[in-house]
Order: sequence, then C-alpha cells, then structure tokens
Amino acid sequence: MLEELGTNDQGDMIINIGPQHPSTHGVLHLVITLNGETVKKVEPHLGYIHRSIEKMCESLSYRQFIYVTSRMDYLSSHINNHGCALCVEKGLQIEIPARAQVIRVLMDELTRLASHLLWWGALAMDLGAFTPFFYSFREREMINELMEDTCGARLTMNYIVPGGVMMDLHPDFQRKVKEFLRLFKSKIHEYDDLVTGNIIFQNRTKGVGYISREDAISYGCTGPTGRGSGLSCDIRKLYPYEIYDQLQFDEVIETDGDSWARYKVRVGEMMQSMRIIEQLIDNIPEGEFQAKTKAVLKLPKGDFYTRVETARGELGVYIVSEGGSTPYRIKFRSPGFSNLSALDHMSRGGKIGDLMATMGTLDLVIPDIDR
Amino acid sequence: MISLEGLTTLLQTWLQNTLGEPWAFAAESVIVGIAAITLFAFLGLALVYMERKVAALMQIRLGPNRVGPKGIFQTSADTLKLVMKEGLTPDGADKFLFNLAPFMVMIAAMLVLAPIAFARNFQIWDLSIGVLYVAAVSSVAVIGILMAGWSSNNKYSLLGAMRSAAQIVSYELSAGLSILAIVILTGSLRISDIINSQADGWWIIKGHLPVLIAFIVFLIAVTAETNRAPFDLAEAESELTAGFHTEYSGMKFALFFLAEYINIFIGCAINATLFFGGWMPFHIGGWDSFNHVMDFIPSSIWFFGKTMFLIFLIMWFRWTFPRLRVDQLLNLEWKYLLPISMVNLLLVTFMAIMGWHL
Amino acid sequence: MFIKEYFKTIYLTVSSLLKGMKTTGYYFTHQKEIITEQYPEVRPVLAERFKGEVIMPHNEANEHSCTGCQACEIACPNGTIKIVTKNEINAEGKKKKAIDTFVYHLELCTMCNLCVVACPSDAIIMANNYEHSVFDRREFTKVLNNPGSKIMEGIE
Ligand code: SF4
Ligand code: SF4
Repeated sequence: MLEELGTNDQGDMIINIGPQHPSTHGVLHLVITLNGETVKKVEPHLGYIHRSIEKMCESLSYRQFIYVTSRMDYLSSHINNHGCALCVEKGLQIEIPARAQVIRVLMDELTRLASHLLWWGALAMDLGAFTPFFYSFREREMINELMEDTCGARLTMNYIVPGGVMMDLHPDFQRKVKEFLRLFKSKIHEYDDLVTGNIIFQNRTKGVGYISREDAISYGCTGPTGRGSGLSCDIRKLYPYEIYDQLQFDEVIETDGDSWARYKVRVGEMMQSMRIIEQLIDNIPEGEFQAKTKAVLKLPKGDFYTRVETARGELGVYIVSEGGSTPYRIKFRSPGFSNLSALDHMSRGGKIGDLMATMGTLDLVIPDIDR
Repeated sequence: MISLEGLTTLLQTWLQNTLGEPWAFAAESVIVGIAAITLFAFLGLALVYMERKVAALMQIRLGPNRVGPKGIFQTSADTLKLVMKEGLTPDGADKFLFNLAPFMVMIAAMLVLAPIAFARNFQIWDLSIGVLYVAAVSSVAVIGILMAGWSSNNKYSLLGAMRSAAQIVSYELSAGLSILAIVILTGSLRISDIINSQADGWWIIKGHLPVLIAFIVFLIAVTAETNRAPFDLAEAESELTAGFHTEYSGMKFALFFLAEYINIFIGCAINATLFFGGWMPFHIGGWDSFNHVMDFIPSSIWFFGKTMFLIFLIMWFRWTFPRLRVDQLLNLEWKYLLPISMVNLLLVTFMAIMGWHL
Repeated sequence: MFIKEYFKTIYLTVSSLLKGMKTTGYYFTHQKEIITEQYPEVRPVLAERFKGEVIMPHNEANEHSCTGCQACEIACPNGTIKIVTKNEINAEGKKKKAIDTFVYHLELCTMCNLCVVACPSDAIIMANNYEHSVFDRREFTKVLNNPGSKIMEGIE
C-alpha cells in the first residue's frame, strides 16, 4: 500500500484525492494514477463515513428504522423514506389513502428538484464557476422552507411513514409551491445563460466521461447516469409505484453517454418534476393522510423488495422478516455505489479536470455510497 | 490643485538643493522604495476587499460587513491573522527554495512597477525600453511559481506549477504581440512616449478594430498570466486543492496572495497605459474646449479609474465563468489568440504605414 | 469553409460568454436581490412545525398531561427518553402510576418526531428553538417535567 502512494514502476504519479478534497463532496478517497495530466486509473476507497445503517436497522422496529434512511442519501431523504415505507406496506399489505399518495409524490418530486438544484450548483463549482451555486441555492432554499413548514425539517425529514405521511400538509403548502414554481420559471433563463449555454462549460463536459449503454448496464448505472447513456431505467415508468402511472411525464433519455448528456438529463428531469408538481398541486384529494395501522408493526415471515427512483437512481429496499417486530436483515441497493463503480471506466484517459467533471455529473453523495 | 506632478518636482528640487546630486538620488531611492511598499500593501488590501465585495454582489450576498463600516477593515484583519500564523515549512521540502519562492514572486511583481506612469510626470523610471522591460520582467514570476511548486515536495503543488509554467510561457506570446501593435503605432518603447501619443485620443478609439482586437487579446492574456479564473488552473481548487501554494501558510502564503493582486494591478495598469492612454484624460482630437474640460480631472484619477475598471472586468470574468481544462487553455492560445494576434499585427502595421489611424 | 467555422466558433464563444456576464452583471447592479440573512441581528422566523427540541408544556397550575405510560420511550429509536415512574395514591385512595422524572437527552435526539406521534395524551410537543449549543454537555440532559408538577385532571 505504501509504495502505491509514491510513484509506480512505470513512472506514473499516484495521487490521493480525498478524503478531504474540495471536489469529492464528502469523505470519498480516490487514489488516481496519473501520467502527466492524464488519468490512467481511478481507485475509489470507501468506508470513511460508514455507519452500518443496515445493521442498525436490524435492531429498530419498522416504524423506527425509517428515520435512519434519511441519513443515507440525505439529498433525497423523502424518497429514501418512501422506499422503506413502501416496502413495509408491501409486507403489511395495507392500502394508502389517496391523499397520502399524492402528498408523497409531491414531496418526492420537490426533493428531486431540490437535489438536482444542489447538484447543478455544485457541478458548476467543480468546474470553477462559483456564482451559479448561490443562484441555485436561492431556489433550493424555497423548497427547503416548504419542507420545513410541512415536515418540520429541512434535510432529514422522517415524514413518509408506513401507512401514509406523518402530518398533514401545512395550509400554506399549495400557495407556496405555486409561488416557488412561478419564481423558478422566471429564473430558468439565467441557468441557461450562466451554465448551460456557456461555451467553456459545454467544452468541459462534452465527450468527457463517456460510458456506453452496454457498460452502463454491466456496471449497474441507474438514474440520470444510466439515462445519459440511453438506458431506460426510470423506476417511475418501468415499475410505477403510488400514482406515477396516472401522471403525464416523460422519461428523459440522452444517448451520448458523456457528462453533457448526464447534465441534460438532470436538467430535463427538473422540468419533468415541475410538470408532475403542476399536475398534482391543484388536485390534492381530501381525506385521511394516514391509514389506520397497528401500534406495533409486524411483517409476516418472508422477503420483501421494493424500488424507488431517487434523485440519483434506483434505490432498492430489501427486507427479510422472521415475523417479528424488527427486520431480520435489511439491505439497501444504493444508486451511488453502482454509479461510483463506473467512475474508473469513465475517467480513464481523461485529464484531471475531466475527472472532476465526471464526478460532478455522477452526482455522488458519499453517505449514500457508504451507508 | 495639488497634483502628484507638482509634488515630485518640488521634492526633487528641494532634495537636490539641500543634499547635492548623489545623496539626493539615494534619498529618492529610499523614498521610492517606501512608497512602493506602502502602495503594495494598500493595493493588496484594497483589491482583496474589492474582489470580495464584487464577488458577493454578483452572488447575491452582502460580502464582508462586520469589521469596520461596510467591512472595510476585514482584509486588514485577515492580513493580521496571516501575519500571526505560524509559517510552516514541510519536512520533505527544499527549505531554501521553499522560503525563497514567495519573495521571488513578490520581487518580480515589484520590479514591473518601475516604468508605470501613475500620473502626469509621476513615474519611477522612464526607461527607453519600458514596455520591453515590462514584458521581460513579468515573466520572471514564473520562476518563483515553479520554485514553489517543486520545492514543496507535494504533487498537487508540482502539477500546479507545471500548469502555471506552460500557461504563462504561452500567453506571454500573445501578450507580447498585442503590445507590439501599440509599439508599431507609436514608434517607441518608452512608456511616456506611448502615453503622449494618445493626447489626441486613446488608441482604443483611434486604432479602429485592430487595436480593439489587440486589447481583447491582451486582456485575456493578462487574465491568464495572473492565473485568474477562468485560467486559474495553477491553483484550481476543485482539482489541485490550492495548486502551487498548497503547502504555504502564514505570511508566505500572504505574499503569494498579495503578488497575485499586484500582478493583476500591474497587468491592468499596462493595459490601461497601452490602450486607454494611462493617465491621459479623455481627449478627442480637435475638440480643444472639451479636452480642456477633461484636463480638470487630475491625471492620477484618470489612471486609477481606468485601471480599476479593467480590474473590475477581470473580476467579473472570474465570478462568471467556469474554468478551462489544461488542453483547452493551450488550444485557446495556440489556435486562436496567437494566429489572431499575428494577423492583427500585420493589419496594424499596414494601418500604420498607410496612416489610416486618426 | 474552415475559415467560416473558425469565425463562427469565435462568435459563438464571445456571445455565450457575454450572456453569462450579463446575468452576473444584472445581480451586481441590482442589489435589492441580495438574499443574505443577517443572522444574529435579524432573527429568522422559523416554521411553527420546526422540530428543534422535545418539550413538555405545562399549564399555569404547573400541570402537564403525561401519564407515564412510556409509549414515547418505546417509540424512540435511540434511547433519548428515559422515564422514571413512581406510584402515587390518588384521591380515591388507589395506587396510580405517574412520572417522577422525564429525562430527555438532547444530544441523542434526532428530531424524528416519533415520540410526539406515539404519545397518547399529547403530553410532549416539538419546540422550534434551535440554538442548542452549551459549554458543558451535561446540560444536554434535561428533565422535561417541572419540579413539583402534577398531572392534569382527567387525563388517563
Ligand atoms: S424526536 Fe425522535 S429521537 Fe428525539 S426523543 Fe423523540 S423519538 Fe427520540
Ligand atoms: S410523554 Fe406521552 S407517551 Fe411519554 S410517558 Fe408521558 S404520556 Fe406516555
């Protein structure tokens, strides 16, 4: 290991990027082999923020374990909670009230929007432009405030629970969402002018970090990473959950497989999320926000698997139950882990700057990878 | 009206009358040295403050606003902090070069100050090859940067230094060619001659399109030579953490930081001198009464105003654009700027021969 | 052809860069768009549901509505709540379980709201204060029921 940190026998330089590095967005450690400026190999070293969430969940009841999952992919915590709640509901075979379903989808899409906004700013920052970060955070802040109103938290919500949602919507929710949509739409042209249309940005991302459709499948890339390579993998379309099959929205697919394609997929997804929110915001059905459930949830003996589409890709929740009030085993299939595994393949032969662009468009959230 | 010009002549005559020729020269040297260092310290503080404010306003923030009114003492406080900090030298570093490098960079920046005319007749040294001197000395800074990168014994630093060297050496070319455009029009390398040639209008106005192109090329080259975004590859923090000065701390880091701002100032001052007439007020050939009105604004204000405007432009670039990649950076120079400025030089020469400029 | 491409590239580059500068320039000149919050001077107004800390409200007579049923203790995923109960003799002379101390470890709490939802008598709620830093971490261990407080009449 030690000699790896110097120079290898081909005279290539070996550099540690991370665990503390401005562009790894967390404690990811990459050992990269460089020939001059050209990246020859990227080796991710994981585990710096491993909290053994899966093991922890084994000692928590089916109501309790959901809060921990907010801490996996903290940028799409609603969607993580949603996946777990769906899995528990599958085991309990309970029906969710229509209002709760709509609220859940609304929250999911707002989260996706917030997550993509953060990614947009962070990507621009990885590529050296600081200002977009502040603009996207301004918009994201509005979503966070919405969440705070209804769920009482900004990041780790624990709002979607087995049976429905924890609290009813805040009376101001609809008005504020509409206000946000109006404001966001009036700002979109700035995003185009500042980043999307910028020639430096396009040159930095076009043709960078290429991965073919076949490779994307074999690495298990999902979410915008897979869709950027032309792989149709949107769980909301393929295995619709809640009310997604009744909604009008498109799966954004680009076929170029480079960072620019992934960028366009995410920006397109923001628009689709807005479309979904617009369809739902005036049609929230009245009724209960939570189904009646027993005080202690007990899943029947067996395995249960559900998947949801987080902002980063497919999140699978696998619960093995022995019939007790706590799961026997829980496994999360996190999108970030599989996407990261393709990083080496994507960035070989590129420059160091390309590695940052690729990493930025993979949109890695390290706690999601390590769990 | 008190003008800097009057001040210098007054001082010189007084010194010569009281001390005699050789001693007066020595005293003047000391005064100039002190003045230069004071100017540097002040400029460093002012420019860092300006940068932070500009960045903040562009980023819908307030910027420094706690230390002093509107936060104007923020940068002084930061400097104080840097001075108090321990200047670490890493274990594996080449101690001598490591400690020498910041001073190299700083001295290179200081030397370029000599031929710059801050106001009418206010110049440290009006040597006959002024612009050539500027072009030559400003590239000495790269040695300091290479030194810093190599001696730190840090791979990030080394990569940053290499990038910086490649960048500065290439962009010197187009910067030099743009300077030549003005030299051809003026027919002199002396800074004061260049400024005086713009008494009936600045070159940017008189010189039509070719000079405008030369100005833009020079602006880009200056941005690149000072390692500013979008060309800040040498210290690209998302790639190389801090590039060539990763290992520096305390005052040595502050020197690098200061040198960057001084270099920006000097680059913009040269730019203003060449294309906007330095301290020359806004004159239009033939409009004597208008020119007379313009003369009422002191020449130092003209000079600093123009320079600050150009510095603001460079800051504006920094807070808008993403960073280029290293090969794109060199592509831009060798495929675009260099051919353009060569053809442009030809045009300028032709224009000068035909006397088409105003 | 090549020359045309070359100049087209230059034109596109310059125009796209100018567009970007227009955006930042707009914000530079429009200072009313500034969104900075001057935190210690201007206190933010937090959402009423903001989960900042679990508290137990008491009425004027220093009464709370906690029965000591320990549902919250069971619901809490990370052992934040410890309830010490005692037996009280009520008016009819019957023994009844009541809380002695409601210990709440703020440093362990994840603000998941499960305890509040679990409580059958709505004895605990979430408060929206957020400045929790203290010099000694022992101060994080709080007792939520006021000294000498009693359970409200009519709460079973
Ligand atoms: S909010 Fe959650 S963690 Fe905190 S005391 Fe209640 S149940 Fe426990
Ligand atoms: S706070 Fe509520 S749940 Fe907890 S012991 Fe008291 S009554 Fe029971």
